[in-house]
Amino acid sequence: MYETAIDFFTHNWLGQAIVILLECLAVTVPLLVAVAYMTYVDRKVWASIQLRRGPNVVGPFGLLQPFADGLKLMLKETIVPSSANSILFIIAPMITFLTALIAWAVVPFGNGVVISNLNVGILYLFAISSLGVYGVIIAGWASNSKYAFLGALRSAAQMVSYEVSIGFVLITVLLCVGSLNLSKVVLAQSGGFWHWYFLPLLPMFVIFFVSSLAETNRTPFDLPMSEAELVQGFQTEYSSMPFALFFLGEYANMILLSAMGAVLFLGGWMAPLPFLPSTGVWGVIWFALKIAFLLFVFSWTKGTLPRYRYDQLMRLGWKVFLPVSLGYVVLTAAVLQFGGWVPKI
Amino acid sequence: MILQALAFYVFAAITIASGAMVVSSRNPVYSVLFLILAFFNAAGLFVLIGAEFVAMILVIVYVGAVAVLFLFVVMMLDINITKLREGFLEYLPIGALIGIVLALEIMIGLGVFGGLPTGTVASLNKAGAQVASIENTRAIGQVLYTQYFYLFQVAGLVLLTAMIGAIVLTLRSRPGVRRQKVGEQLYRTKEQAMTIVKVPSRGGL
Amino acid sequence: MASLDRVARSFLLTEIVSGFLLTLKYMFKPKVTVNYPYEKGPLGPRFRGEHALRRYPNGEERCIACKLCEAICPAQAITIEAEPRDDGSRRTTRYDIDMTKCIYCGFCQEACPVDAIVEGPNFEFSTETREELMYNKDKLLANGDRWEGEIAANLHADAAYR
Repeated sequence: MYETAIDFFTHNWLGQAIVILLECLAVTVPLLVAVAYMTYVDRKVWASIQLRRGPNVVGPFGLLQPFADGLKLMLKETIVPSSANSILFIIAPMITFLTALIAWAVVPFGNGVVISNLNVGILYLFAISSLGVYGVIIAGWASNSKYAFLGALRSAAQMVSYEVSIGFVLITVLLCVGSLNLSKVVLAQSGGFWHWYFLPLLPMFVIFFVSSLAETNRTPFDLPMSEAELVQGFQTEYSSMPFALFFLGEYANMILLSAMGAVLFLGGWMAPLPFLPSTGVWGVIWFALKIAFLLFVFSWTKGTLPRYRYDQLMRLGWKVFLPVSLGYVVLTAAVLQFGGWVPKI
Repeated sequence: MILQALAFYVFAAITIASGAMVVSSRNPVYSVLFLILAFFNAAGLFVLIGAEFVAMILVIVYVGAVAVLFLFVVMMLDINITKLREGFLEYLPIGALIGIVLALEIMIGLGVFGGLPTGTVASLNKAGAQVASIENTRAIGQVLYTQYFYLFQVAGLVLLTAMIGAIVLTLRSRPGVRRQKVGEQLYRTKEQAMTIVKVPSRGGL
Repeated sequence: MASLDRVARSFLLTEIVSGFLLTLKYMFKPKVTVNYPYEKGPLGPRFRGEHALRRYPNGEERCIACKLCEAICPAQAITIEAEPRDDGSRRTTRYDIDMTKCIYCGFCQEACPVDAIVEGPNFEFSTETREELMYNKDKLLANGDRWEGEIAANLHADAAYR
């Protein structure tokens, strides 16, 4: 009986499909819960920076607030503006949400705990994160509204600009690793936090973090939806479930970029000290803690920094980050070559 | 195997269908979106034959960057669709002719009508066998930085020229524009920026 | 040397880091918000909240239908009709306040010669329908009965300054 079950799930295509489906659920459901609680943590962190309390009424310590918000958004009426392009208007939030979810297929949660151990994992992540911009552009165009269109243009230009420096950051990391496989990236950083890449590549880590703020349209780069001038940017015309999808997609993207940061610079599932366990569940716990730390810094940033002006944003992306990251790629390559640290593959 | 074949036919069918929609759809924005769909399915086909590096680069470069710029331009332009449609039938024969010529060239290149140099097929098969044994990222690197090194460099130079050309065309220094100069702002000291004045009571400045 | 120092500072992002540390410090300070529905801020004795019609300790209503409040009301929110009662005393038969018109200026309670109409300390009387905000005499008297303790204490506390 046991053997036949094993055989069914490993060899029969239906069994394999069921296993894949379960794996996807095992990633997606905790991710969505994490997204829900990310909104809560965000609000709590901003509140405490501003000496406020934050949500504390729904449930103990306001812990049910995200679900109350979600329920509210679900029960609202979906409004499609009469002059909007209704098909694209509905598709756009789905694109944002889906691209934020499918990227998780290659993220290693632990040693061997990954849905698809792709050999080009970094490129896959990069490709998927560059697709997020389509949801925004299509939303802005399909809304047929000035605010939405301007917000979408800004957002798209911003995301495309900062993707360039993220690309160079990825290149420095993969120069050090010698592989595009995310599990190998983590394994290359094994053994204590002093082996993690955030120490030798600290400038790259900072650039990566700031660029991921820009990628996810978070403060100080949230001018696509700067309330004072563009209402809500590309989300202006959205309500109810499509809006919720945008919201979820944005937060899932934030968590994704934090996961990327954790994998590339903070040693993924590795324990900070070599004698601590980092196998099995422990690996997932360390990884989650690292993501949580980066997400906390996301909220902390939002509570601290004011918004950039558009030209300042472009200047930072093209005139500061691009040359610095390009220079650091060359520097890293030179150090690896002449220091004799070229990874053996 | 069945799943792979199924995936191939799905990807291929969508690629061709969306390619046709690029040409025939009424709204240019739809055209660009169908183009993106075509790119995607082409990437899917690459994944199916095991060329995942090429697939990812296709998505990153064409979908992530080039098509975004297309979409940008098309969205900003105020295109009169009916006017664009006017000459469609007129140009159809020429377009069809070019398409047929292209298809024939590809078929000749693949040796459908014979006449391919005998070594080519063998070397292609050998390269395929090599690729199967190692990661295809490394396989590309191994030929790109050895056999095709100069061609690679020349391609880089061509792109550099294009970039410099674009910069030269757009760079112009307009007089009278006030810009934020961050370097100067950072270089300013407290002594340069302010003076402390002792203002006598009721005296004013 | 000074310029080197400045360059180093700008590259090490010292200003941003110090800003981050400041907000981190604030994160652990005690909250200043009043946890409103559970805690409430203090109200002064002159607070002008929901209206109430008061009674004498023997249960007789104070209002003598002089209509001074109706006359002074700048928003014309008060409507009074009066008739002699069976015992011959002058009383209101109708005393309505349109709370949607009221601007809570407090002129009515200042005009009142017998301290009948007052604005009590209650400010939480939102309703779900507009009709519920058209207060009639019964509602106002009920308010007076309900808030008499607080109202009397407030009047007493403020009496020295009137």
